[in-house]
Amino acid sequence: MRLRYPDTIRIVRVPCTGKVDVLHILRAFEKGADGVYVVGCLEGDCRFENGNLRARKRVEQAKAILNKVGIGGDRVKMFNLSSGEGPKFAEYAVEMTQKIEALGPNPIKKAKEKLAA
Amino acid sequence: MSTKTPSKLEKILDSGALAVTSECGPPRGSDPAAITRKAEMIKDYVDAINITDNQTSVTRLCSLAACIHLKQMGLEPVLQMVVRDRNRIAVQSDILGAASFDIYNMLCLSGDHQQFGDNPQGQNVFDLDSMQLLQTVRRMRDEGKFLGGDDIQRPPRMLVGAAANPFADPFEIRVPRLAKKIAAGAEFIQTQCIYNLEKFEEWMKLARDRGLHEKVHILAGVTPFKSAGMAKYMKNRVPGMDVPDDVVKRMSGVPKENQPQEGIDICVETITRLQECEGVRGFHIMAIEWEEKVPEIVERSGLYPRPQV
Amino acid sequence: MIVAEKKPIEEIIDMVKDHEKLLVVGCNECVTVCEAGGKKEVGVLASALRMYFMNQGKKVDIDEITLERQCDHEYLEELRARIDQYDAVISLACGVGVQFMAETYFNTPVYPGVNTCFMGVTEERGVWSERCQGCGQCILGRTAGICPISRCAKRLLNGPCGGSAKGKCEISKDLDCAWQLIIDRLQELDRLDDYEEIAPIKDWSTERAGGPRTVVREDVRQ
Repeated sequence: MRLRYPDTIRIVRVPCTGKVDVLHILRAFEKGADGVYVVGCLEGDCRFENGNLRARKRVEQAKAILNKVGIGGDRVKMFNLSSGEGPKFAEYAVEMTQKIEALGPNPIKKAKEKLAA
Repeated sequence: MSTKTPSKLEKILDSGALAVTSECGPPRGSDPAAITRKAEMIKDYVDAINITDNQTSVTRLCSLAACIHLKQMGLEPVLQMVVRDRNRIAVQSDILGAASFDIYNMLCLSGDHQQFGDNPQGQNVFDLDSMQLLQTVRRMRDEGKFLGGDDIQRPPRMLVGAAANPFADPFEIRVPRLAKKIAAGAEFIQTQCIYNLEKFEEWMKLARDRGLHEKVHILAGVTPFKSAGMAKYMKNRVPGMDVPDDVVKRMSGVPKENQPQEGIDICVETITRLQECEGVRGFHIMAIEWEEKVPEIVERSGLYPRPQV
Repeated sequence: MIVAEKKPIEEIIDMVKDHEKLLVVGCNECVTVCEAGGKKEVGVLASALRMYFMNQGKKVDIDEITLERQCDHEYLEELRARIDQYDAVISLACGVGVQFMAETYFNTPVYPGVNTCFMGVTEERGVWSERCQGCGQCILGRTAGICPISRCAKRLLNGPCGGSAKGKCEISKDLDCAWQLIIDRLQELDRLDDYEEIAPIKDWSTERAGGPRTVVREDVRQ
């Protein structure tokens, strides 16, 4: 199965989404990412019991912080799928990309450029 | 229980007659007529009138001032005092203030938490608790001493009462708690509103088993329902209130326009039944903003006329 | 431990918005355990602030450090060499640490990053509750090991009040009635008779009422 997904996405592999911290998400935005999404196993199917549920909570926390600092919480999202659902992975990638394109670039990038100039 | 104060309430209780007290809530303003008008309605039907102290933590005209208005009408006030709003300095000072107007009865309470009132963001005091307030008044009266140990010139002379809630949890300490209040100095008890008569009678029996009914005058508390809505509210929303389902059902079972009368009937039936309960030495009728019904309740319960002492 | 809660970011932003070089200082003790002011929270706050100021087009440098404790000279001194590089400090320690930081670095503005709440326990991850108010005169020996001062809404020494219902406090169905807990435990310990002893009027002078308190131990003092 050779599925295509947008090449603007950079994949960071983690052993379990439970490993993803709020800080990882925030740092990505700080460095200029336009969007971050976390793809975990289906809820109830975590090999480590509740890693994906923790990830969801952290995504929510990141969302709240991004809203407060003016980046916009809509740029971060949690998805769940099973390891057999390759097409869904591609589908989510497209969905997220379209969403971020609609939102436009991370406002920090422009601000950074201005400051550097 | 020999008479220790000039209190009319004490004299009636000591005479063995059933006492009748009622209460008036002071107004949320400074019009004295709001108190005197209520007092006029009930004065010939009760022996003493409690004045509540910022009940449910809603700011009102102070209990002491309202008591003074009653005193000036020649009536017998019962000063209610909560420990929520006063430290021990204010407590003792207010007791002396009351004594200076020859107020001869006092009811010692903790007070509802301020969260229920109009100033939920306020601080509370609780320097003493209600038990320790009883001890304080008794010490001031019996030993003529302040808590700090100094002598009081012209000590207060008040009959000291406490509240008891036979229905609050945990039930197993309800009677020990009564014993504790008596040990702390309570001479009369006014109970929480009684709707669950079986539970009240069980509590009285347990109190009698320990002989507590001979150490303190227990006045059974009653409040007539104005409506089925009030019954439901008291059942569900008022902490420590026990309103059995059949009482709510009885109130709801009559048309709205007849509900006030049904509420009065229930109240009269309660008093009539509890007159037979050994250890009940009187009744405390809390007709909340419905003082005009107190005469009817007292008369129909066979408690009128009131003894003259 | 001392339990604290993170302050809302907008409140912190409002406090520090006029500074250009900030140091966010965490504390490795209580506030780390209650997840309000440890290394991780320092990282999150610093990152959020950087993004906020950057987005506002404002150049603010924000550094991070987490000290072992902020309530001891020894650890606060670790900042001595670099403190002058910053025009303000955001301390995520409890109110104790914030103040000691301010005392130690007299010329540096210090802002609190957390709201200090109480002395309490971790009931479960994410749930902390109060156990002690530091009254300076412990009565737990008389109350079956449950403190009515910190756990009864009215601090009743001779409770419960008439508002106790089904084991819960009159102010909230989520709050246990401390006196119900005391009575249950007295019963368990076969000491229910103790309930009838009247707790004497408390000397509150060892509590906040007596003014700011100091403990001096000559035996260990240098």
